[in-house]
Amino acid sequence: MAVAESAITRKVVERASGGQRTRDLLFRLSLLLCLFIAVLFLGVLLVDVVIDGAGFLSPHFVTSYPSRLTPDTSGVRSALLGTLYLMVLCGLFIVPVGVAAAVYLEEYADPTRWYNRLVEVNIQNLASVPSVVYGILGLAFIVRGPVDVWGLGEGQPTLLAGALTLGLLVLPVVIIVSREAIRAVPPSIREGSLALGATKWQTLWKQVLPGSIAGIATGVILALSRAIGETAPLILVGAGAFQLFDPKVDGPFSAMPIQIFNNVTESKPIFQELAAAAILVLLILLLLMNSAAIYLRNRYETKW
Amino acid sequence: MKLQRFVAALAGCSALAFGVAACGDNNTDSGSSSASTNAADNQNLSGTIRIDGSSTVQPIAEAAAELFNGEAPNVKITVGGAGTGDGFKRFCRGETTISDASRAIEPDELAACKKASIEPVQVQVGIDGLSVVANKDLAIPNDCITTAQLKKLLAPKSKVANYKELGEGFPDQKVSFFTPGTESGTYDYFTEAVLETDAEQRTKDVQTSADDNQIITGIEGTTGALGYVGFSFADQQKDKLKILQVDGGDGCVAPAVETIADGTYKPLSRPLFMYPSTKTVAKPEVKGYVAYILDNNKEIVEAADYVPLTDELLTQAKADLDAAKPVETAAK
Amino acid sequence: MDGGQDMAARPGAGSTGLIRTRTRRSVGEQAVKALLAGAALLSVLTTTGIVVTLINESSGFFRQVSVSDFFLNTNWAPLAGGESQSFGVVPLIWSTLYLTAIALVVAIPLGLGVGIYLAEYASPRVRKTFKPIIEVLAGIPTIVFGYFALTFFTPLLKDQLGIDVQIFNGLSAGIILGILVLPTIASVSEDAMSAVPQSLREGAFGLGAAKWQVVVRVVVPAALSGIVAALVLGASRAIGETVVILVAAGNNPNLTLDPTVAHQNMAAFIANVARSDASAGSVAYVTIFAVGATLFVMTFLLNLVAIRFVRKYRQVYE
Repeated sequence: MAVAESAITRKVVERASGGQRTRDLLFRLSLLLCLFIAVLFLGVLLVDVVIDGAGFLSPHFVTSYPSRLTPDTSGVRSALLGTLYLMVLCGLFIVPVGVAAAVYLEEYADPTRWYNRLVEVNIQNLASVPSVVYGILGLAFIVRGPVDVWGLGEGQPTLLAGALTLGLLVLPVVIIVSREAIRAVPPSIREGSLALGATKWQTLWKQVLPGSIAGIATGVILALSRAIGETAPLILVGAGAFQLFDPKVDGPFSAMPIQIFNNVTESKPIFQELAAAAILVLLILLLLMNSAAIYLRNRYETKW
Repeated sequence: MKLQRFVAALAGCSALAFGVAACGDNNTDSGSSSASTNAADNQNLSGTIRIDGSSTVQPIAEAAAELFNGEAPNVKITVGGAGTGDGFKRFCRGETTISDASRAIEPDELAACKKASIEPVQVQVGIDGLSVVANKDLAIPNDCITTAQLKKLLAPKSKVANYKELGEGFPDQKVSFFTPGTESGTYDYFTEAVLETDAEQRTKDVQTSADDNQIITGIEGTTGALGYVGFSFADQQKDKLKILQVDGGDGCVAPAVETIADGTYKPLSRPLFMYPSTKTVAKPEVKGYVAYILDNNKEIVEAADYVPLTDELLTQAKADLDAAKPVETAAK
Repeated sequence: MDGGQDMAARPGAGSTGLIRTRTRRSVGEQAVKALLAGAALLSVLTTTGIVVTLINESSGFFRQVSVSDFFLNTNWAPLAGGESQSFGVVPLIWSTLYLTAIALVVAIPLGLGVGIYLAEYASPRVRKTFKPIIEVLAGIPTIVFGYFALTFFTPLLKDQLGIDVQIFNGLSAGIILGILVLPTIASVSEDAMSAVPQSLREGAFGLGAAKWQVVVRVVVPAALSGIVAALVLGASRAIGETVVILVAAGNNPNLTLDPTVAHQNMAAFIANVARSDASAGSVAYVTIFAVGATLFVMTFLLNLVAIRFVRKYRQVYE
């Protein structure tokens, strides 16, 4: 990191090359420009949404059910609860499974074996399958098929099925990013631990995984950020768009992106504003979720 | 253990979020509803109704669910809008209670239902119209277009490249069309009603979209654009575009609730259906719900921005519901 | 730090050297290994599920449309009625790749730029502020991006920048798609670069390198595996993105290099038909499985190439 740069080497370099300094400056400026553009787009997007939707943000909005008859009293309660439940269930699924798979691939799998290589390519491929296909998969296998989760729902679309479908969708992200995080832990750490008599598993649990929490957290953040806004798979799995009661894990459910999509395709302009307000709620939820993970990431970050 | 604390912290945060969202009051507002003769009975109804299918009919199902909820709070209704085709697929597997449809059920769908021993019952719940719209700057004479001219413009092999080819008075403007896509029921209806071919429309110079709002944006932003969308969409955005009158052979008629309902705005109106099955309609809560839609048809359908059934059609629909006769042969 | 241990201790290489053989622990270790392998196996099961579903449904499709007709024909009109119906998938494949290319041209430089800046130049405070901000960009629902492209960016291109784009066009959608993918590339590559040991940088500085040389010649190559993972994740996201294309790019693919006309990618096509009023048994509907299968195979091949590349050029330090 720039901060750890030693002061002496810096002075040496500066004295030696004036021309390099200009190139350094240009390079630095172009990088800053990239950051600026990204933040600019984010700003404009947010302002756009806030202008349209801020008018409807209120505690009432978050605790009331949607209304078609009186749109100005419409709320997102059922959809919001649905999304919350989905995220929690999804997280509970992807974190252990994703990290476990990443650990296996990085630490235990022999990369020369063909089946391990197949798994690797597999996972990377799954990251580019469009979300719609996961919806088809979820419908065929989880809602209707052999994996009809513990006989709940009896072929009906349930919240749990939706959560699992989303989980399968974002699992590759968690695995790929966690793998990189685990890979970044220097071998010397592992070797030291083994030399002191720890088993492989102990080394992993006490040294390697704690050292890669920061990267794993990034993976989970990106994964849940993706999952929270996904519409297509939920539509295909059978989520409702309009629901006047609270969802249960084994029952019908709705979710924020679906309600947003529903509103956006409406004819009356007021629904566009409701959609914008719902998007703001979703973003706030996302921020809360991310903050938790980011806090953890910052606390447990290790520098080698 | 760092890892354990990580997991615990994550769980804690989600529990907190849960708690915050779980508090809150119910939205008990249900508007005024005309007293149904079964109001008292409806109170005791309970059960779950899953509705899916056409996103066109979805608003009607939603408005009805909301009103019905006031009378029968123990009936849990979920409404989705996965599309007519998908809706039937689910319905014919027994996964939904009622299927919304913006067209009649087709033979292969009926066959699939029969295979699963599910017998759909057709009940018409409303009427939708198609509005022909144009960019504000497109100067169509009298703002009226005949079906013959529409056919000439949009027929499958049409080579019309400029509006002036339609005849006197038409502007010298290159054509540009925005219509629903081939996967939409609206498209099917237009091609059958106006083009009188079987589901074919020209592809040159035509941009399609599944979303009526998008079509309107397209037409609004392109000089010389022309297209068609659902009546309610055009009605909502009438300040952004020009809504054309349509001459179906009996003079120019503008699309409006009255003209669509009484059939003078032809040929661009289509029926909207709900299909319970013989099994589901036997359940009191399901029959209660559909009956409610018919008893309060005007209020519900207008709240959804569509055209309510005429008296004739309403009587027919109520009879269909009571008889609960399954569909024997499908149209087409 | 490294006590001169033998390479045999490197995990993942079937090491035996330093692990003591105590029966009780070995059994525990085996159990752990099996459990972890099970998790990894889930990905294989998922793929199997997808493949089975796709093959099953597309076999029905290919009975009605010949394989050569599907892959070699350049006329794509699967939903048209009667005689106009045609199943040449080439334009759809082309538009998919074209839109992805536009997105990556935007996302890769910007994403890497942000990643490098945050990892190498920004102070810890700046980094801790901006990395989450960039990640929020990743969480904005795609529908916002779609409508932004349609209602803000396309008019911007047309009216402000004078580019003659149609209302539904590939340029606007492609660029916004790039912005959508940017945070993934930025965040993951930033992680990768942050993890490069400080000693490498100090060594380079010690040899008199300028800062930018250290970054470009030392840090980036050392973090290459992670950076390529970032790029692959970004490309994967771009190629399979549905809503942005559905809303802003139009409903028809176009076999052309012109970005100002409508384009459609395979994912948007699938979503469009799945949501539609098409009868679920019709050939038109079953097309989505054939398209899905094609997309799956395409990305599989692309990923194989990427993995080969990484394996060849990855450098392991320490």
